[in-house]
Amino acid sequence: MSESIKTDVVIVGAGPAGLFAVFELGLLDIKAHLIDILPKPGGQCAELYPEKPIYDIPGFAKLSGQELVDALLRQIEPFHPTFHYGEMVESLEVLGSADAPLFRIRADGGQSFECKAVIVAAGGGSFQPKKPPVPGIEAYEGKSVFYAVRKIEDFRGKHVVIVGGGDSALDWTLNLQPVAKHLTLVHRRDEFRGAPHSVKAMRELVTAGRMELRLGQISSLKGEAGELASVTVKDASGGSHEIPCQRLIPFFGLTMKLGPVAEWGLNLHENLVPVDAGTFETNVPSIFAIGDINHYPGKLKLILCGFHEGALAAQKIYHYVYPGKRLTFQYTTSSSSLQKKLGVN
Amino acid sequence: MVKITYIDSSGEARTIEAQEGSTVMEAAIRNGIPEIAAECGGGCACATCHVYVGEKWVALTGKASDQEEDMLDFAYKVQPNSRLCCQIKVTPELDGLTVTTPDRQG
Repeated sequence: MSESIKTDVVIVGAGPAGLFAVFELGLLDIKAHLIDILPKPGGQCAELYPEKPIYDIPGFAKLSGQELVDALLRQIEPFHPTFHYGEMVESLEVLGSADAPLFRIRADGGQSFECKAVIVAAGGGSFQPKKPPVPGIEAYEGKSVFYAVRKIEDFRGKHVVIVGGGDSALDWTLNLQPVAKHLTLVHRRDEFRGAPHSVKAMRELVTAGRMELRLGQISSLKGEAGELASVTVKDASGGSHEIPCQRLIPFFGLTMKLGPVAEWGLNLHENLVPVDAGTFETNVPSIFAIGDINHYPGKLKLILCGFHEGALAAQKIYHYVYPGKRLTFQYTTSSSSLQKKLGVN
Repeated sequence: MVKITYIDSSGEARTIEAQEGSTVMEAAIRNGIPEIAAECGGGCACATCHVYVGEKWVALTGKASDQEEDMLDFAYKVQPNSRLCCQIKVTPELDGLTVTTPDRQG
């Protein structure tokens, strides 16, 4: 395991609220690391609606999700935040006290962090793969059913069935076809969302008889002791086909699950974290929650509220990071010291 | 107001009055209809407001757009009458509409 990273603040979630918190902390000389389960910054903005216009970002009549994320990344550049993508925070341990807070955070990749304050900016929770509601699928997960491909060798010489019509399904179809004994791609219709060249390559393999494409939906699984033997595919006309299958990889996109946040000793109110509306601190001193994941009287799940919450949380965090030091409120328009931090002066 | 009936996966029916111009998803959320998650809030970006449109309403509610079809790939047990109800606008012609919700959205 790598050495523990020591920093001022760990921000859990690199969505708009988490990104802007870096800015507000940075102005107060507070360093931050961000951890996100997605392989990229932006959270829901980047994952759910990168191309959809947002109309209620103050000062911007219209901005797409991705444009907002890109602008925030540019804005926080002067503070050099460190991003840890593709990592889910697994545990949060309280090591210190309210007077001298210290936390240890572990990510599922094995990296650990020690910090004086935590900002939970996890939105609706972590994005996790959707599991198709095929009866009994849980019994095969991790052994025969995979929602992501980590080791190609696991699929060598096997009957592989991939379900889906997007880039993940097509990319893995093309990558696993050479190693699999036999590969079947199952999709509900004969149209694919994936990149046209991947679709073309897949169709060529089908024509050459090197893989199979089946239109339909998985309805049941057969196997024993976690080892899958076959899956049944129902086609649009109601016909059922049983096909041999030792490895099943369903790609049904991502869904948000609260995940391990529930285990961190924070009070929860209907899967949200109650906070003080003046500081956005949770019931645990020096753990803060901002953005869609928090709850307080009058809460609105708006990006602009997440920005406000980050700014106020940073004020309180300052006193945990620099105990006993006075904090003078300053404006970026007039303060030369803030402008220096931003690299504009 | 336009009457819409939501039938849940156990067969229980709930009829509500929806406002013209809203969507079948918004009307469901406002009235606490179960089995409609609407994770993305109506952006046609998540497939968690999947419904089956009552057979006689299929022509009136129309076909799913290409983008909606793409999102339906993420839904389960998709049928020819599957729609994402955030994409169905409430119009006076839909008075009496019935939709059925699947047992799982995501």
